[in-house]
Amino acid sequence: MAKQRCAVIGVGQTKYQSTRGDVSMAGLVREAALRALADAGLEWSDIDAVVIGKAPDFFEGVMTPEIILAEALGAAGKPVLRVHTAGSVGGSTAIVASSLIESGVHRRVLALGFEKQSESNAMWALSLPQAFQTSINAGAGGYFSPIIRRYMAMSGAPELVGCVVAFKDRQHALKNPYAHLHQPELTFEEVVESPMLWDPIRYSETCPSSDGACAIVLADERAAADALNPVAWVDATAMRSEANNFGGRNMVNPAASSLCAQDLYAKAGITNPREEIDVAEIYVPFSWYEPMWLESLGFAERGQGWRLVEDGVTRLGGDLPVNPSGGVLSSNPIGASGMVRFAEAALQVRGMAGEHQVVGARRALGHAYGGGAQYFAMWIVSAGD
Amino acid sequence: MTDIAIVAYAARQQAEVEENELEMIAPLIEQVRSETGLGPDDIDFTCSGSSDFLAGAAFSFVLTLDATRPVPPIVESHVEMDGAWALYEAWVKLQIGEAKTALVYGYGKSSPGSLRDVLATQLDPYTVAPLWPDAFGIAGLQARLMLDAGDVTERDLAEVAARSLADAADNPNAVRAGAHSIDELLAEPYLHDPLRAHDCPARADGGAAVILAADDVARRVCERPAWIRAIDHRMDVHHFGVRDPRRARSAELAAQAVGVTSDKVDVAELDAPFSHQEPLLVRALGLDAANTRINPSGGSLTGHVMMAAGLVRLGEAATRVHRGDADRAVAHATSGPWLQQNLVAVLEGD
Repeated sequence: MAKQRCAVIGVGQTKYQSTRGDVSMAGLVREAALRALADAGLEWSDIDAVVIGKAPDFFEGVMTPEIILAEALGAAGKPVLRVHTAGSVGGSTAIVASSLIESGVHRRVLALGFEKQSESNAMWALSLPQAFQTSINAGAGGYFSPIIRRYMAMSGAPELVGCVVAFKDRQHALKNPYAHLHQPELTFEEVVESPMLWDPIRYSETCPSSDGACAIVLADERAAADALNPVAWVDATAMRSEANNFGGRNMVNPAASSLCAQDLYAKAGITNPREEIDVAEIYVPFSWYEPMWLESLGFAERGQGWRLVEDGVTRLGGDLPVNPSGGVLSSNPIGASGMVRFAEAALQVRGMAGEHQVVGARRALGHAYGGGAQYFAMWIVSAGD
Repeated sequence: MTDIAIVAYAARQQAEVEENELEMIAPLIEQVRSETGLGPDDIDFTCSGSSDFLAGAAFSFVLTLDATRPVPPIVESHVEMDGAWALYEAWVKLQIGEAKTALVYGYGKSSPGSLRDVLATQLDPYTVAPLWPDAFGIAGLQARLMLDAGDVTERDLAEVAARSLADAADNPNAVRAGAHSIDELLAEPYLHDPLRAHDCPARADGGAAVILAADDVARRVCERPAWIRAIDHRMDVHHFGVRDPRRARSAELAAQAVGVTSDKVDVAELDAPFSHQEPLLVRALGLDAANTRINPSGGSLTGHVMMAAGLVRLGEAATRVHRGDADRAVAHATSGPWLQQNLVAVLEGD
């Protein structure tokens, strides 16, 4: 059987916030799934299989939670896969679900990512000792700050570029009703003056800790023809992983990142991403990762990504809006965050992004990364013909 | 459908492995590579299965990835499930037609903790898990219901255990083996009434590695590939009050989907961690126990690696096909309490 075309026909998100104390984990995932089904115009019985992704089980303290979520996800009697590829998991989950369509195994698949961080302690979970590793007990920020310092030194980027990214994403979040952080009063000066957490990362340059879930319904061409709303075609997907302990790693621009992007663009027939991609949802949990990924993803020359930020190119209204949803900097339900990027990219080309819609978006990039910047998942979606 | 086969398999099961997870799995990966002559650059897709809750660390698989020698970076994915489901994901990937070969591995090192207690964290975190129900106790409830309903007798369970232990004598990976009479086993004390120690899984550290290959590649690297004719997996509801513990509905559905009963099954490798679950699965899959050799490896009663036991069953079944001992084999994997989630595959030789 030849490779089947795959489309996003439904997207559902919960409101992201620190604590969703009003629902259990089952209630949280069901809320997102029901919204995705409604968007797709489908019932539970229309779904052939469920692919669920989330970050470490320690974040909730439940081992393999898909076991207890079977009923909530309408999965009784159906195939269920549980993906875990570190922070990129939301993206990988959508890609695994798309492969079930592309292979012709299934016709309609529900992909869902979630995290309910309020039920455990992510900082503790991230600081458990690892084999061969010195535990820095400083969470993700402590890990990434020296890498950002290195980028700053190599590129000569002005010191406040990170603050520009953070302020931009928080402004974008005001246009997204699902975003966790809504800070209408926040000023650029307040971002600059916020406490330094992991030099050079300030408090306002980091992502929040969120509860939330995101769901996507994927369908084959025939099922997509019956969709209730406009669909987004999955033009290409790509995943790459690289070694943890390898002296030759480029931490600022990981080989897995640039190879993944090259593979993605080749599959999608993209030769000039800056010209051919209208909007990008890029995984930026710490502000400086926006210019860093812009370079790795081929939107800017090496050492020049920060110029796009400074010139306002990545703002809504710029010619390459990045994270119009507010991004990971405004909502971070870790296991869902990658899928939110993929889902928001789809919403943009479906013309369904609401107030943060990029006018005329035809082609969008969804991006996620995880581990110590070792795991990458990306997709290109388009409005089609 | 593209023809895809298991072309190589390696496994290790040991009561306690001293090395860490990376050191434990790396030699198995090297073994399947050298058997097929497929090096890191010849593998198009890699997928693994493991659990952070066994490693006691978040993102534990990130470190184990280095066992694949991923330089340059590889196309890779991971499931927080038994490696059997990693094999399923790889099979789907190969079905698309862009990848021809896949490396699959699964591993678990449960000896540092109490697995029976760790598994309690798989249960409903709001109402059930806080009571810390012991995994053996939950299985015991299922056995009791089956005994009371007349589905099995204690003698039946002892027969399953005696046969498995005897078969395990030929399996270098078994952690429990030996000749025992039924009466001898029945004279053993209960561990969790009505289950005796030999009715429960023989916990082991270890893992398994498998290489999948499509069409011509499979024929080139393997003398007699074990073709995956069909593979399917299903989930059942979780909450104990809505399940019929005497049945494995999801196993029945998966078995029907792959057509287990459409032809004679020479060998079946079933992941039945508890003795009473073997007859339950034989019934669910529609196997004819008189004409099918069940668990010639000794099964999970003689060696059970959490997160790899299902992949081991697939590998053991494939090995029978590779050797020419079986033309048609069935392999099964399970997850969750009372066989909640089940995977069934039919493997055939040419």
